[in-house]
Amino acid sequence: MAKGASIQLDHVGISFGEAHVVSNVNLDIRPGEFICLLGPSGCGKSTLLNAIAGFLPVAGSIHVGGDRVTKPGLDRGVVFQSAEVLFPWLTIRENVEYGLKLAGVPKQERHKKADHFVALVGLSHAADKFPKQLSGGMRQRAQIARVLINEPSVVLMDEPFGALDAQTREVLQKELDRIWRETGCTIVFVTHDIWEALLLADRVVVMTAGPKAGIKTIENIDLPHPRDAASPECLELFRRLRDDIGEEVKRALEQQGLNKEEPVT
Amino acid sequence: MTDATQEAPMKSGLARIMMGPNARKAMIGVLSVVCGVILWHLASLRTSPLFLPSPLTVAQTTMEMVADGSLFVAIGASAWRISAGWAMGVVLGVPLGLLMGRFHVVRLIVDPYIEFFRFIPPIAFVTLAVIWFGPGEFTKIVLIFYTTVFIVTLNTIAGVSAVNPLRLQAARSMGATKLSEMTTVIFPSAVPFMITGARIAMGNSFLTVVSAEIVSAQTGLGAMIWTARNFGRTDWVFVGIIALGILGYLFDRAFRLATQKWFKRFLF
Repeated sequence: MAKGASIQLDHVGISFGEAHVVSNVNLDIRPGEFICLLGPSGCGKSTLLNAIAGFLPVAGSIHVGGDRVTKPGLDRGVVFQSAEVLFPWLTIRENVEYGLKLAGVPKQERHKKADHFVALVGLSHAADKFPKQLSGGMRQRAQIARVLINEPSVVLMDEPFGALDAQTREVLQKELDRIWRETGCTIVFVTHDIWEALLLADRVVVMTAGPKAGIKTIENIDLPHPRDAASPECLELFRRLRDDIGEEVKRALEQQGLNKEEPVT
Repeated sequence: MTDATQEAPMKSGLARIMMGPNARKAMIGVLSVVCGVILWHLASLRTSPLFLPSPLTVAQTTMEMVADGSLFVAIGASAWRISAGWAMGVVLGVPLGLLMGRFHVVRLIVDPYIEFFRFIPPIAFVTLAVIWFGPGEFTKIVLIFYTTVFIVTLNTIAGVSAVNPLRLQAARSMGATKLSEMTTVIFPSAVPFMITGARIAMGNSFLTVVSAEIVSAQTGLGAMIWTARNFGRTDWVFVGIIALGILGYLFDRAFRLATQKWFKRFLF
């Protein structure tokens, strides 16, 4: 299994035409680290993730494992929020084998590896079903297996559990924690859920509201796993993060002319 | 288990065959056709056979044409032209649509022609086709091809535009090249659109084949309907029309069964 790679963001800026979404982001991520990007909605968390994936051109530079990112690559797996990205015309096993098939891996070996990764995410019983036959949580498991089989050194996750119900989300968070340990990959995880970040991350990166979003604060979560959300340390961190994000949300609303404290006339 | 419950499946099995929802639907359809034929018969009693031949006359004529084989020759000729022209249209329309949908330059080059020709019905080209390709089979097949290719191309383009961009991103991040993106993501995503296009084109091919055969053919259902005029045989016209209707139904049915069998996993 490929070990995690480091990620360096150096003066990264991203714009769509005239709109500067992200500006001047500097961040060093250690190999094997679990990073959560947290921030108000629309601040550019996903945009930053897409840039690391190589989907977007950037100002400044992004290096993964020492290599400059210019385009998407197998070293960086991407798990999307929408399970629509699974190919509905392929079974779960075929979806998982997709990357290996493109790489020309022989059938026997492909099957063997697919079996392993389908089992890793707990989907062995559903391997020959089609995505539409599975629940939302199972589809996200399938997406994770489809990414991990390529043995990426970095896994980029864009609110992967955002569309799931609370119980399923909790189960998958625990599984992700286990899989992260088993594979040793670096994970960058975008979320707007503070609890989710607290349960999973080594470090939580709080972003400022856009436009020209940047890094507001970085919190070290130096707590042992599995974490107890009700512990005093967790609650203390939660308050800090909530206040940090609260400020940014307020700023974002003010910019949109939606300040709640203004009397409605 | 009591006897009653053991008997129940047998009863319901029999009942399902006799009076199941599908059988009932079919029965209503059959009944409707029978009523239609009766009305036709009643109407024909009050008019001359030249104006409206009775269903019995038409049935008799059909039997005669079956006996001397002329009906099958006509059906075979039309069916062959439709199949050949339509298949060629699909085979060219799909890759053309994929290229136009994927590469903007191709689209810009081909678009003016597509937008111009799509409004010109195939019938408008019958004369030209005869001058260029002669009165033979090829002319008719070219016209059917013309009918099909636009519909399939336009539908395929729509299919390519409808591809979920996130799916393309996912494929790229798993190592897909421009080519494998086309074969493993865009093509399968667009299959339902291609099938819709091919099916509409099949219907339109029937329109075209009759027009083409009326103008320039000695065989085929269109030619049969047109020659009936010279002999005052309105009953031949009816045989031809009924044969066309049944042939169209069978073609559509076969097409649907084939797509269900071979493309089932793409029809999500």
